[in-house]
Amino acid sequence: MASRDHLEPDKTTELTADASLGAPVRVLIAKPGLDGHDRGAKVLVRALRDAGFEVVYTGLFQTPEMIASAALQEDVQVIGLSILSGAHMALFPRIMDELHDRGLDDVLVVAGGTIPKADIPRIKALGVAEVFGPGTRLATIVDFIRDNAPRPSPLW
Amino acid sequence: MVTAEDVILLLQGSDRRALPRLATLVENEDPQGLEALDAVFRLTGRAHVVGVTGPPGVGKSTLVSVLAGHTRAAARRVAVLAVDPSSPISGGAVLGDRIRMMDRHADDGVFVRSMASRGRQGGLAWATAGLVHLLDAAGYPLILIETVGTGQDGTDIASLADTVIVVEAPGLGDGVQAIKSGLLEVGDIVVINKADQPGAEDAQRLLRASFDLADPRDGRTVPILPTVGINGSGVSELVTAIDEHDAWLTATGQRDVRRQRAARSEVLAGLRAALDRRLESGPGRSPELAALIDRVARRDLSPRQAVNALAAALDSPASGRAIGD
Repeated sequence: MASRDHLEPDKTTELTADASLGAPVRVLIAKPGLDGHDRGAKVLVRALRDAGFEVVYTGLFQTPEMIASAALQEDVQVIGLSILSGAHMALFPRIMDELHDRGLDDVLVVAGGTIPKADIPRIKALGVAEVFGPGTRLATIVDFIRDNAPRPSPLW
Repeated sequence: MVTAEDVILLLQGSDRRALPRLATLVENEDPQGLEALDAVFRLTGRAHVVGVTGPPGVGKSTLVSVLAGHTRAAARRVAVLAVDPSSPISGGAVLGDRIRMMDRHADDGVFVRSMASRGRQGGLAWATAGLVHLLDAAGYPLILIETVGTGQDGTDIASLADTVIVVEAPGLGDGVQAIKSGLLEVGDIVVINKADQPGAEDAQRLLRASFDLADPRDGRTVPILPTVGINGSGVSELVTAIDEHDAWLTATGQRDVRRQRAARSEVLAGLRAALDRRLESGPGRSPELAALIDRVARRDLSPRQAVNALAAALDSPASGRAIGD
């Protein structure tokens, strides 16, 4: 697969297509709040695409309600919250509440961005499964999502 | 056995996750989703299905978003299916149409669903028709489909939508581009979006002239409308044109003609997919095929000769078991 090399965001782990193993996992990447920088989010969106995920990207300036509403309609199994503004302790509880109101408690929520280590235990206590700080390898995030994403559940 | 009533109860009940989750099961060809779709299909056919197609970057998402807003302002519910391409390499996809539709977020009367094409060419996903039926059954009277950004070849939308809007933008080509086969042929309404940019009037004149080279299709002149999606200019004229086309479909009996065509196209596409799967699991794995492919690769046999040999094998009773297993 040498021809794929230029597409690999990180070659330390083999990123293979999930599609062949069944339906692709759907992921929502969201930028909550007043935060005008989404280069990191876009790099991750691209890496997840190259790992075989279907990635809904909502763009900047999302309210907790918009994020939860998009997650509901798109029926994603995973939500990635990218935040650089420092407002995570104000926004994350509201996002988790909005998700809970819609019955989305089984969705895997992960976060990334400039989040102080001291805040991480409180964020995990909200139900966020993992927090990825600056410098995290893309493959680490991809593997975590692949390993922990719930499968679509039957309806009856 | 799931009945239509079960599915309707589920879709119209208090669980807001029911429709999106059922959509996922249909998209994934999960037996539960397909069974629900079979059960509910006889209750569909009520929605007006509008396709929005055109090259990448002409403003389809923005236009769809504004159209959805107009519909909501008239207190009608609306559903949007936005298709983006899947990567042929990883199978993954970036579904980015929602970025330009998020201002409609807070309203449960607007349902927006992004779809990856999952290997289908032609501008739609394999499951787009299935999701249209589902949304129709869920009671959405208007369903807007945004296709993958298409060039001259992505005309599948014409076999699914009642009304096809082809969106163009200024500066995309000359008078010969406008009379080539393809996208423009299937448009019931043509929109020149970004009409505030230089060249918009030229584009409109050029397209009008090219349409006027031939007699109107089905006795109807295709309107060519300038719009500016980002500020909503020209969009109420577009809404009027969509309503007029809807009325025309009913008055002329063209709706039935199109529904017939859509049914044929969906059945044949499904049959082809089923045959593909059988070929891949049966003859596609046979040593005979491998041997023929080797010979074609060595230029010992032409591709057509190999196909003829395989087709003859399919016709003979001896191999019938292998194909029909």
